[in-house]
Amino acid sequence: MANYSTNEFKNGLKILVDGDPFSIVENEVVKPGKGQAFNRIKVKNLRTGKVIERTYKSGESVEAADVMELELQYLYNDGEFWHFMDTDSFEQVAAPQSAVADVEKLLKEQEMCTVTLFNGVPLTVELPNFVNLAVTDTDPGLKGDTAQGGLKPATLETGAVVRVPLFIEIGEVLKIDTRTTEYVSRVKD
Amino acid sequence: MENGFPTASIETLQKRALILAAIRSFFWERKVLEVETPVLSQYGTVDLHIDSFAVESGFDQIQRYLHTSPEFAMKRLLAAGSGSIYQICHCFRDGEKSRLHNHEFTMLEWYRTGFSYIELIREVDDLVRMILGPKTEYMDTECITYQVMFNTYLGINPFSATIEQLQNCASQNGINISFDSMGDDRDDWLNLLLSHVIEPQLGKGKLTFVMDYPASQAALSRISPYDPNVAERFELYLEGVEIANGFQELCDPQEQEQRFIEEQKKRIENGKMDIPYDKNFIKAINHGLPECSGVALGVDRLVMFALGLGGIEEVMPFTAYVS
Repeated sequence: MANYSTNEFKNGLKILVDGDPFSIVENEVVKPGKGQAFNRIKVKNLRTGKVIERTYKSGESVEAADVMELELQYLYNDGEFWHFMDTDSFEQVAAPQSAVADVEKLLKEQEMCTVTLFNGVPLTVELPNFVNLAVTDTDPGLKGDTAQGGLKPATLETGAVVRVPLFIEIGEVLKIDTRTTEYVSRVKD
Repeated sequence: MENGFPTASIETLQKRALILAAIRSFFWERKVLEVETPVLSQYGTVDLHIDSFAVESGFDQIQRYLHTSPEFAMKRLLAAGSGSIYQICHCFRDGEKSRLHNHEFTMLEWYRTGFSYIELIREVDDLVRMILGPKTEYMDTECITYQVMFNTYLGINPFSATIEQLQNCASQNGINISFDSMGDDRDDWLNLLLSHVIEPQLGKGKLTFVMDYPASQAALSRISPYDPNVAERFELYLEGVEIANGFQELCDPQEQEQRFIEEQKKRIENGKMDIPYDKNFIKAINHGLPECSGVALGVDRLVMFALGLGGIEEVMPFTAYVS
């Protein structure tokens, strides 16, 4: 297993803390006048996104986290796992529900995603900032009302429900911001 | 610094030059002699927590070390009868880099013969107030002992607390560290608490001098003749940042050499580079180091505060990253 010395600490470095993979977001060296120096770091848990503080004696070595980020294409869900494929090598990986929980309702087949692997298993799946998805269900629009105004719920082909303007109709393709799950615009053919 | 320009502005460097001139006139007026000593020596510090750069000569294949402070050479001058002396020089410490550290930095170090460390604290206070200027008019000077400091900020006695009490104190203050990696060195635990919890609160809007450290953290200071648990050592803090470290200097050559030997042993146990301690220094103080106090002050940090800047790279022309 690879190790990093505290001298190599820098933002973005992936390390193991209590068995979980973390990414360093801040590294500060504190050194009293004489005596032992410490690296006081803030690390983000790559599984939960939670940021914690942690201190190491300077010079100590810390286990590296085997973490890889890949651009993979989403293929299908077999009921238990979500399958992704490397479009160059055609290698496939299966992601558990925990990895796709945040994006599951916006995940469409063929979409390219950023998949973070920890020890070879998908840990998180991130979508592009914007995806295009078709409306499968919504109340009929009010004729002629294309002005600013009210919103109504619309169900998308992946299952997500978003608030959309009143003029949106079933079958239309919408641009969705995946960070907020909000409607951005209609996609013109 | 893609364009190769300095990390400090030219205007800052002009102000820095004025501060250096003011320091020199401060010592000129007080009749303290400016000296220059070698940066490169065949001996180095054996301090467990300070790492030297080793330099090998292509001519005589002798390994030498860049000094981490000019202390040994300056004490050789004191032993030779120089009287009070000061030096402004670059010091080198391997592996030190942060907002407040650079592996090469400017030190102001001075020694006052016949001064007690309490008298030297007064002189450090005078110098720092002169450099910081009018803003110090409403700043108090606070002197607290190491023991009172730990009691005030953490409610523990640093001289008697057990390892378990120090561990609990760290946990209660939100320090997340592996106890195994810390081991049972009391000074490491005290330094952990000091650096994480206490230091950030020291010297807020005032000059805080911390004095009378545990004897185990004496470095080159004298053990108090009144209390064998206490070393006559002090530090100055400004806005949570250490600015200076001073000693009532240890003059006993046997005790000095004994400390070197013990520290060297610790370096080897900890897998650090084995550096020979300064034999010339031991020889010189065997002739007799006069009773004196000395202090080392980080010039870059002081300039940083004087100019209201947020990191030492803003007061250095070229930091380690771009030199």
